[in-house]
Amino acid sequence: MPSEAKAAETYVEKPRTLAELRADLISGRTKATDLASSYYERIEKKNPRLNVYLSLTKERALKQAERVDALAAKGDPLPALAGVPVGIKDVLVMQGAPATAGSKILQGYRPPYDATAVAKLDAAGAVLLGKLNCDEFAMGSSTENSAYGPVRNPVDTERVPGGSSGGSAAAVAANLAVATLGSDTGGSIRQPASFCGVVGVLPTYGRVSRYGLIAFASSLDRVGPFAANVRDAATLLGVIAGHDAKDATSSAAPVPDYAAESDKPLKEPGKAGLRLGVPAEYFAEGLDDEVRAAIEGGIAALKAAGCTVKPVSLPHTKYAIPTYYLVATAEASANLARFDGVRYGYRSAESETLSSLYRHSRDEGFGAEVKRRILLGTYALSAGYYDAYYLKAQQVRRLLAEEYLRAFAEVDAIVTPTSPMPAFKLGEKTGDPLAMYLADIYTVTASLAGICGVTVPCGTTQAGLPVGMQVLAAHLHEGTAFRVARAVESAHL
Amino acid sequence: MKSRWEWEARASRLRQKGNGEEQGMTVKVTVEDVERVAELAHLQLAPEETPRMLHDLNAILDYVAELNELDTSGVEPLAQVSELLGVAAAGALRADVVLASLDRAVVMAQAPETDQVFFKVPKVIER
Repeated sequence: MPSEAKAAETYVEKPRTLAELRADLISGRTKATDLASSYYERIEKKNPRLNVYLSLTKERALKQAERVDALAAKGDPLPALAGVPVGIKDVLVMQGAPATAGSKILQGYRPPYDATAVAKLDAAGAVLLGKLNCDEFAMGSSTENSAYGPVRNPVDTERVPGGSSGGSAAAVAANLAVATLGSDTGGSIRQPASFCGVVGVLPTYGRVSRYGLIAFASSLDRVGPFAANVRDAATLLGVIAGHDAKDATSSAAPVPDYAAESDKPLKEPGKAGLRLGVPAEYFAEGLDDEVRAAIEGGIAALKAAGCTVKPVSLPHTKYAIPTYYLVATAEASANLARFDGVRYGYRSAESETLSSLYRHSRDEGFGAEVKRRILLGTYALSAGYYDAYYLKAQQVRRLLAEEYLRAFAEVDAIVTPTSPMPAFKLGEKTGDPLAMYLADIYTVTASLAGICGVTVPCGTTQAGLPVGMQVLAAHLHEGTAFRVARAVESAHL
Repeated sequence: MKSRWEWEARASRLRQKGNGEEQGMTVKVTVEDVERVAELAHLQLAPEETPRMLHDLNAILDYVAELNELDTSGVEPLAQVSELLGVAAAGALRADVVLASLDRAVVMAQAPETDQVFFKVPKVIER
């Protein structure tokens, strides 16, 4: 970007990979404190336009950077993410730092503890820069539902970055962090990764602890990383994954070396290549032509790299959006009951009785989309409608999950577009919530089934808008998804 | 405002009305329904918010009625996916022992109104 030429004197070049940054810290060529300061300077310049960061955690970041520099100066071994500047989606809590979840109702709240994923990054030496903007309570697909204003896509600032983790994706794309954490309930990591041209990871449900993640839909919520390349994203997942006694749904499965897994070729000598499935249902009506062409180009590159490609059938895909919006809103209506103006966050001044305190605090504190989803979820759970809506959706959820399990008996990974369209314009879909929901068509099924996936840049449209391929793999097979994503990345599409 | 009994009676009537179809999912939501659900959810909708929510809920519920096409009789509901992960699923529950929790002073510091021991709220019982 030519307009940045003047800023060059204060801007430390972005580390190309985490491995390179590590080597530079060990050799003394880079100091963690200099790197952190340069990122804060860059944030100061870029953030007013992009609205990526909601708050900064400078004191904590610089203390951590000083610790890393001290270790490096002594020649002591550095932890896995030493000195890496990382941003955190504002639905994950950091001790003493504001945690708004993009909502007015959490204004002023300063949580007294770290989320497990945050604590693990901290213990690995990461420098936590601040909290990233998102749709209110992670409800949205464009980050336009934030109470603190929309995020702009760094690729084209008239367009949305996707959502709900729009700040997390845009921060990596604009180099306002080397890596970030986001959360994904129905596509909230994968879709913004696709819109901003970065790598985003949906870990298997239970792979990363949800402790300290402000809950949206507990049976769907996942925490996952964003990075500029697949190997770095794999390294980050390796740090934040693992069992946590504070999350009863976290998996006890051992955590593999995901970065090493991502290094493996698609076809190892003497072995058959990975088997890729392509579901026709994800290439049907409604898919943008340029997105289709880009993904087909990616599939051709994977074939050339040694994969076998075969069609798979996921016939229930068309039922995924209604199923998702019933399950997610039902769970949300229960989870968001805790925001009542009593224990933390916003309290309405209009409160003569306890009941009016609840109602006014929630009315003034929640935005329109959150209210819409609470109403829909409450309706779906209310007496007389439970069987017709919530129970029905849970039954279809099983059909969708079983369909994936059958497919993964035949293929190692499934490749699809992440979103039916590239990044859309700000305001384009805000008037029509249903149209916004429909854009989640390719991401919600994996959410419902609990399987894992990686979104990786896979070419651009003629206008230069990024297109992301979604690589899905069976439960706990993140390594396979990373391998395939790595091959797409290496093809330089 | 409708009582709980009236609400359930209405739901039951609507289910009967839907008997010609397969389920009660093609129900149209009314203004009273929106107000009732808002009350259940402790949401105080502003008068201008209600028509918009009514429109959106009906549009969304119309759309989710697509699920009626599927015969799900005999399908076990899937509430959460841990069972699909088999032995690799959630670790054993932790031992049932008392562990240190957050300090009261730390928690109370976040409250909108407190006497440092309890959360303070407006009076609950009208005299």
